[in-house]
Amino acid sequence: MARLSPANVGIAEEIISRYPRPKSALIPLLHLAQEQDGYIADDAMEHLAELVGITPAEVLGTCSFYEMFKREPVGQYLVNVCTNISCLLVGGEELLHHLEQRLGIHAGSTTPDGVFTLEDVECIAACTEAPCLQVNYRYHHQVTPEAADALLDDLRAGRRATEIPKHGVLARVRQQIPAEQRAGNAVPGQSEEPVWLRTAAAGNGDGGQGS
Amino acid sequence: MISDAPKVVSSRWDREDAHTLQGYLDSGGYQGLRTALQRTPQQVHDEVKAASLLGRGGAGFPAGTKWGFCPPGVWPRYVVVNGDESEPGTYKDRILMERDPHQLIEGVLIACYAIGAAQAFLYVRGEMALAQERIAQALNDAYAAGYLGRDILGSGFSVDIVLHWGAGAYIVGEETALIESLEGNRGMPRLKPPFFPAAKGLYLQPTVVNNVETLANLPWILTNGGAAFAEMGAESSRGTRLFAVSGHVQRPGVYEVEFGTTTFRDLIEAPVYGGGLRPGRTLKAFIPGGASAPWFYEEHLDLPLEAGAVGAAGSMLGSGAVVVMDDSTDAVKACWRVVRFFARESCGKCTPCREGTTWLEQILRRIIDGHGRPEDIGLLLDVSDNISPGINWPPRQTTICPLGPSAVSPIASAIVRFKDEFEAYCGGSAELPVEIKGKAYIPKPSATSEVAGV
Repeated sequence: MARLSPANVGIAEEIISRYPRPKSALIPLLHLAQEQDGYIADDAMEHLAELVGITPAEVLGTCSFYEMFKREPVGQYLVNVCTNISCLLVGGEELLHHLEQRLGIHAGSTTPDGVFTLEDVECIAACTEAPCLQVNYRYHHQVTPEAADALLDDLRAGRRATEIPKHGVLARVRQQIPAEQRAGNAVPGQSEEPVWLRTAAAGNGDGGQGS
Repeated sequence: MISDAPKVVSSRWDREDAHTLQGYLDSGGYQGLRTALQRTPQQVHDEVKAASLLGRGGAGFPAGTKWGFCPPGVWPRYVVVNGDESEPGTYKDRILMERDPHQLIEGVLIACYAIGAAQAFLYVRGEMALAQERIAQALNDAYAAGYLGRDILGSGFSVDIVLHWGAGAYIVGEETALIESLEGNRGMPRLKPPFFPAAKGLYLQPTVVNNVETLANLPWILTNGGAAFAEMGAESSRGTRLFAVSGHVQRPGVYEVEFGTTTFRDLIEAPVYGGGLRPGRTLKAFIPGGASAPWFYEEHLDLPLEAGAVGAAGSMLGSGAVVVMDDSTDAVKACWRVVRFFARESCGKCTPCREGTTWLEQILRRIIDGHGRPEDIGLLLDVSDNISPGINWPPRQTTICPLGPSAVSPIASAIVRFKDEFEAYCGGSAELPVEIKGKAYIPKPSATSEVAGV
């Protein structure tokens, strides 16, 4: 496991084609690698370096900066409990401690069966729904300890599998730009003033539908 | 004042199908774009200027003015959407992206048309899987329906919007760090000046970086006119604005209110907004504009939600995040938690921030763990003074971006106002090494005046 599969290479090439410069695709491609393997292996980074035309060290440089990229395998379900200020005020820390007890692990580690990784995270933009957590980046709002227990039971029994995909899968809908409808990349050094500005300047600015 | 101003950006939140193209079209969607395309780009730009729309990301810079900073004759230009919402307490852009993605797309299109941007990048925070799905679907549907891509609605206007995800880094919400991230690099801010993104941004080309909420206002402005938008709100803060009220209120929520006329008291206490504190509790402090903002207290409740008034009082409206703390709050612990955030999120590029926030967090952790020493209070201020000399507001900066100085605000707020709580933890306090100047950093009214007030 580790280099991208042929199907994922196809997706990667499509993603790269959307950017004026290939390196811009690096973060989306790292997500793709993580979607494939659940984490980002060294071989995957070497493969991405080939695809983007940079060195593996540059890929590592970017990868290692971002919290979401895991360079070691994590649990099937990554449980991220927010303890930042809005959640702290209404029980986020207690929720985290409850889950530590319940799972028998400290935040930052994985259960021995490899099902859950627990993390103590920063604000996830659900402050009015505190305390909140995410499982594989799917939100759960106003979480009581009882609700958290029920959620863990469901996850372990596979009852949430359709709603919450395995770790690494973010959006299950990919952007598709049909070739015939693409406006095309705006590449530095190869672009002129856009046509709609030129026509407007020439006094033909009454375009709109039906023109 | 609780106004009956129309909902500008949250009008579809009650519709179950608002995230679908059909639901959007059924509720007036893409009318703003059609209006824009019947005008010249300059006319569209003028309409946005007439609205006096201020950026909703935190800095509050006028959007129309920002667009005007692109140097003439330099192509291509880009529009970059900042959907990396992560300031603690802030929750509005995620709702806008999840519940009404077409409104954002329409706003981006209007901006691209006015500015002459031939490509746009919509940067969504990595942790927001549902927002990514909703936007991906909305973009795919918009392409299929001819609202996006080549020759939009037969107008000759062509632009691609590329959906891009982050991967977990608060600092990427800073616009130059976001650009670095979009170029595939570590998300570290660029030094500015000399170059702001409007002049040299993505690939060193002219780039307008706008917040999600800012752009979501544009369809309404084009449909209803900039003048109608400017009729709402106060002179320096036009229109409406989303505020997230969280913490110790009975009705935490995200509310769209008239900008500049509504007060903090309305937002926190009105039954239609925060609904007041829990029974039997009193207000200890509130954060008026995200974790970076100096704290406010009882005496600030009647200030309007208006950038100028809040700034003059020594804090900022920031990202529209109001976090309410009642008298059950441990001020030292709340301070520690906010500082820990900045310590964890420092990108490491500038020494005062990287080292300073880390030390501040460790000293505060020692204090709340029960090992505080009397000299620790002064030590916190000494370190703060090294990150942001003079401890003032707006803060002086020894760093490339404002993240480091942001960690100083909660410390100065908590130490000045709740010095007794620090002393209880630390067993007294030694001499404080610096004078704290920020106007919001005000001590508790003295015991005698409290008695007088009873």
